Amino acid sequence: MALPAYATTGQKVGYYSFLTYCGLVFFFLIAPIFIILPLSFSASPFFEFTREFMNFEPEAWSLRWYRQMVGISSIGDTTVVTDKWMLGTRNSFFVGIVATLLATALGTVAALGLSRPHMPFKAVLMAILISPMIVPLIITAAGMFFFYSKIGLTHTYLGLILAHTALGTPFVVITVTATLTGFDTNLIRASQSLGADTMRTFFKVIMPLILPGVISGGLFAFITSFDEVVIVMFIGSVEQITIPKQMWAGLRQETSPVILCMATCLVALSIALLTTVEMLRRRSERLRGIKQR
Amino acid sequence: MNQTQASTGPILTTDGIPLKVSLKKAERINKIRAFLLVLPLLAFILITFLVPIGDMLARSVDDRQINTVFPKTFEVYKKWDRQGLPSEEVYKTMFFELKNSEGYAVGKASTRMNYSKSGWKSLLKKSKRKFKKIEEGPFKEQMIAIDKKWADPEYWLALGQMVDPTTMGYYLNAVDLKYDSSKNIVQQKENRRIYNKTWIKTFKVSLLVTLFCLLLGYPISYLLATLPMKYSNLLMICVLLPFWTSLLVRTVAWMVMLQQKGVLNNLLVMSNLLADENRFQLMYNQTAVVIVMTQILLPFMVLPLYSVMKTISPTYMRAALNLGASPMHAFYKIYMPNSIPGVSAGCLLVFIIAIGYYITPELVGGKDGQMVGNWIAYHLKTTLNWGLCASLGAILLAMMTVLYWAYNKIVGIENIKLG
Repeated sequence: MALPAYATTGQKVGYYSFLTYCGLVFFFLIAPIFIILPLSFSASPFFEFTREFMNFEPEAWSLRWYRQMVGISSIGDTTVVTDKWMLGTRNSFFVGIVATLLATALGTVAALGLSRPHMPFKAVLMAILISPMIVPLIITAAGMFFFYSKIGLTHTYLGLILAHTALGTPFVVITVTATLTGFDTNLIRASQSLGADTMRTFFKVIMPLILPGVISGGLFAFITSFDEVVIVMFIGSVEQITIPKQMWAGLRQETSPVILCMATCLVALSIALLTTVEMLRRRSERLRGIKQR
Repeated sequence: MNQTQASTGPILTTDGIPLKVSLKKAERINKIRAFLLVLPLLAFILITFLVPIGDMLARSVDDRQINTVFPKTFEVYKKWDRQGLPSEEVYKTMFFELKNSEGYAVGKASTRMNYSKSGWKSLLKKSKRKFKKIEEGPFKEQMIAIDKKWADPEYWLALGQMVDPTTMGYYLNAVDLKYDSSKNIVQQKENRRIYNKTWIKTFKVSLLVTLFCLLLGYPISYLLATLPMKYSNLLMICVLLPFWTSLLVRTVAWMVMLQQKGVLNNLLVMSNLLADENRFQLMYNQTAVVIVMTQILLPFMVLPLYSVMKTISPTYMRAALNLGASPMHAFYKIYMPNSIPGVSAGCLLVFIIAIGYYITPELVGGKDGQMVGNWIAYHLKTTLNWGLCASLGAILLAMMTVLYWAYNKIVGIENIKLG
């Protein structure tokens, strides 16, 4: 969209004010995320830009909160080890990875079924399978809290993993179903007519083609679990700290700048994941022969 | 096919089975196969997600908590004509059941009884302690001697609300109504009416957020859809990065921006537009909730809008301009109607997500910005009034279901785009 050479002054003004407006909206979207990056290197114990910090005075810049995040902090001369953040990181990755693997396996198989032309009650099933994504987390958390405490799953890692798996599966179902649209079923027939059994066909023919969708669905499931705080809060025990739970606690109680360090790390992680998903999407479109727009 | 059928009868496969039968069988097998693939996930979602939600719904009408603690009392209570005070028999059964029951069971029951008439909790606690000394009847007089409340028919009438194993009481509570002692539906007392206000506030905030998302999202989606690919891909990152960034991280970022010594106030003070002592109170109010939620939910508006706008051919606009329409007129008459499906998809999606929000209002909302989600959490965690928590959740869920259904009708659930 560009201005034609014959544009009137009014049109020019309109066009540039439109661009300015859009620029401001993009700024509104992106600025809050990047504002925390420099602040995490501040020596100040409050979330604020001090004058010294703005003038780049060396004492005002420090890595002390990062040191505290990885478990080393010093009060006076003594070194205190606070392990909460690292424990949280380990737990987050553990729960996230297991839940992702489960969700990916269940979701991929279900998506294969849903994409078959013979699937009965497709719309209803789809609506049910997507519902964990739509129902507000606080309602899910309340329901799970009531039910899981009846069957002894609260305060266990199994309970957390099951809950996060349920939340992650809709993403896998959506992305894999999207990858499967336009899937050439003749490839399956060709493979079978050449003597491959179902498993071999799946792993050698179907899987390589839908892999980008599977991986990006898996990444969505992972980030969902990795971000999730409401359910962890209600069905997790006090020791079951995850990164978001620790951040929540930090915001409600102690307000330590370590939160900003962790937030910076999480932004880095989301940039990495975003790049991966974007690359996978393009690869998938290339594989399926969909033209780049 | 009809011709061959007419001349030679039904076509047979090599096994001698009519082709139609054989085809039907094959199709059925295919259907079963497809269903078997979906079955594991369906079962998983059923057990880990749908059953808990069902459990919550059941809890919202469940009123057996107390009937299991005082079962015999309720048996004899049913015979009472609700005039004056109950008979000695009711007092006697109540006495023994209270005396012999576990302390924690009484605690649970009295919590429930307190919802119907406050005062029951302290009455039961006090009475249970003093009942130890009493061995034999008549119980009515002795109980009244312990506490005069035992002689107040209001308390006994309040029990009538709990005779049935199910109750609509929690639902009434959730919309600021209640049962009076003769089980008529009446309004809550003026100072206890909080939920209708909360419902209205939740709707107001969600609508405002949806509106602002549309106002901010429509132009940039238009820009993204009309720019050449290499620029729009770059700008798309600005939309996708927030989408991928942790919700808590974004809320923290906003707290850094909005707090009293935060970035916005500091900027204003440093540029001498604002005196240091009258910094704005930007956080802990409804405005903050709307601002932060708009930024957080904006990608959910832009992505559906963008995917619809991408399909609107630029030749339509060119044709309109060619035929003499001014750019504004062409946009209004041609582009806008074509983009309506994207608008409805985006608005519904943002509204659906906004209405059940909990984390952001909790962190930046203060007292004024609390939404229904926050009350659900409050009753779940703090007051332990799980019946009310469940009924608030059930009402919210019912609204979601309607919106979800509408979304499915308008957009189709399988068309949700991620990234």
